Amino acid sequence: MTPNVPSTFFTDPPHWQWLIVLYFFIGGLAGGSYFIAALIDFFGRPQDRPFARLGYLVAFPAVVLSGILLIVDLTLPLRFWHMLIESNTGQPMLKLYSPMSLGSWALLAFGFFAFLSFLAALGDAGWGPGRRLHVLRPPGIVGTIVAALGAALGFFVAGYTGVLLAVTNRPIWSDTALLGLNFIISSASTSAALLILLGLWRWRSAGGIERLERFDSLVLIVELVALAALVATLGSIFWVWFSVWGVLLLVGVVLLGILAPLALHWRPRTLGRALAAPVAAVLVLFGGFMLRVVIVMSSSGMGTGG
Amino acid sequence: MAEAMGFFTDTTICIGCKACEVACKEWNQLPASNGGANTLSGDSYDNTRQLDGLHWRHVQFVEQFNEERTAGRWLLMSDVCKHCVRAGCLEVCPTGAIIRTEFDTVVIQSDVCNGCRDCIAGCPFGVIGMNPVSGTAQKCTLCYDRLTAGMEPACSKACPTDSIHFGKVADLREFAARRVAQLHREGEPRAYLYGADDRMLGGLNAFFLLVDRPEVYRLPPDPKLPSRNLGTGSVWAMLGAAIVGLLGIFSFRERGNGGDSTRPVDETTPPGDVTTTPGERVER
Repeated sequence: MTPNVPSTFFTDPPHWQWLIVLYFFIGGLAGGSYFIAALIDFFGRPQDRPFARLGYLVAFPAVVLSGILLIVDLTLPLRFWHMLIESNTGQPMLKLYSPMSLGSWALLAFGFFAFLSFLAALGDAGWGPGRRLHVLRPPGIVGTIVAALGAALGFFVAGYTGVLLAVTNRPIWSDTALLGLNFIISSASTSAALLILLGLWRWRSAGGIERLERFDSLVLIVELVALAALVATLGSIFWVWFSVWGVLLLVGVVLLGILAPLALHWRPRTLGRALAAPVAAVLVLFGGFMLRVVIVMSSSGMGTGG
Repeated sequence: MAEAMGFFTDTTICIGCKACEVACKEWNQLPASNGGANTLSGDSYDNTRQLDGLHWRHVQFVEQFNEERTAGRWLLMSDVCKHCVRAGCLEVCPTGAIIRTEFDTVVIQSDVCNGCRDCIAGCPFGVIGMNPVSGTAQKCTLCYDRLTAGMEPACSKACPTDSIHFGKVADLREFAARRVAQLHREGEPRAYLYGADDRMLGGLNAFFLLVDRPEVYRLPPDPKLPSRNLGTGSVWAMLGAAIVGLLGIFSFRERGNGGDSTRPVDETTPPGDVTTTPGERVER
């Protein structure tokens, strides 16, 4: 007799592998770096604006890389534009209820605003036409509009990937509605960690690092709660993670990616102040990557479809 | 739109001859798997194993025997795309490659598909797979080309026992209901229809008569649309964005020690160490 099996176990995997895991991670960094930069520009101290500039400088290359990863993952990469234009009518192709369709447009639009802010950041850093590009960054009206729209799209790019996974019929992915929430929070923590690392590398010691660390600590605490909620919503499906994936989730994501950095933020003297911040940041980035590895790959191996 | 057309597959009279599989492969010119190498499953007469981009019909062989193999039965079922009235694959397809035809069937246009594979994850039945020759996702078209020419699909035409019935869905449902009643009268009370009414994804245009639980035939007991998570997933994601935004404001905001936030700052010096005066700006 066949035991009672959830309906999602009768489906086939889409073979989204490492390219997609990388996209989820780098796309999260793109969106996250941008919205953190915009938050600093809007609400932060003038002294912390260099961190915002770093965020803009990261976001654009990251979103370009994201697009490349997605195109390469298609089995027919030359047809990537079919995501945006109906190939047989030439009309725009947009399905509001298809996360992949909406995400394709969001990625394009986000790329545009990330490019404008990237130019502004280059200007601020003394490259390119310089002062004239400064208008593309807050506090001016044009810069405010660019950063606000870019930040909204950054949030979207960081989170829609989780919703995309949930809007399938695959085990784990479609068994919870909290993947988008978890991906957005994780993109915030990993992006803050990346900005901390880049800030330390660029300026060695910088006054604004503490604010980013405080932000990262708060986000990591929320991430822990969100991850617990995700596991709880999986219910009986959670048995799938009584495997190497569960170990990776517990050790890679929770222990190394969340709890260890929190401990280092709380007691930096454990490693010495010079080491604590970069080590914590690297661990957060590692944890964010492992979260995506576990979620994408643990579902890929299952299925008895057709 | 023409009337909805579909299949009614009566598994009780399937003899496992696989004529449907062969006819489908021939008509649709589906390539062999593994470059034509003969690969056997080794534990069943079923060497096709599953529906995918190269196999649009699949005859399942389910053995139900006791340990001594003195008593038991074969369950045989020719599986196919269900051409759901509310189709998960069609919902998620981002390119518009998957369409609903005038026959109420669901077809993937190979010249439009770019191989994103979202439809594979969206199908509740595991029907769709990649065709390595075309590089696109493929599945049964219910022989759209034959239908437009007034012919019946190749599989049902080839079926020697009429296990696969083709016709108008409304007629097929009436016929199937009579068949179930007949089986009940003649001593097979387990017979029932899978997907014949609107409760399952708005109705399956290819539905089945089964004599055991759906799981036994590798059919999901409760298939759902992928969009069921769209609303709640989006709301939770927006909540996450709001939380992150508030934490950012709380962490980065000025607390009376920052000075004039509209003042440009020399961003080539380390943050936090800035001592610029209004209007002062250093370009590197």
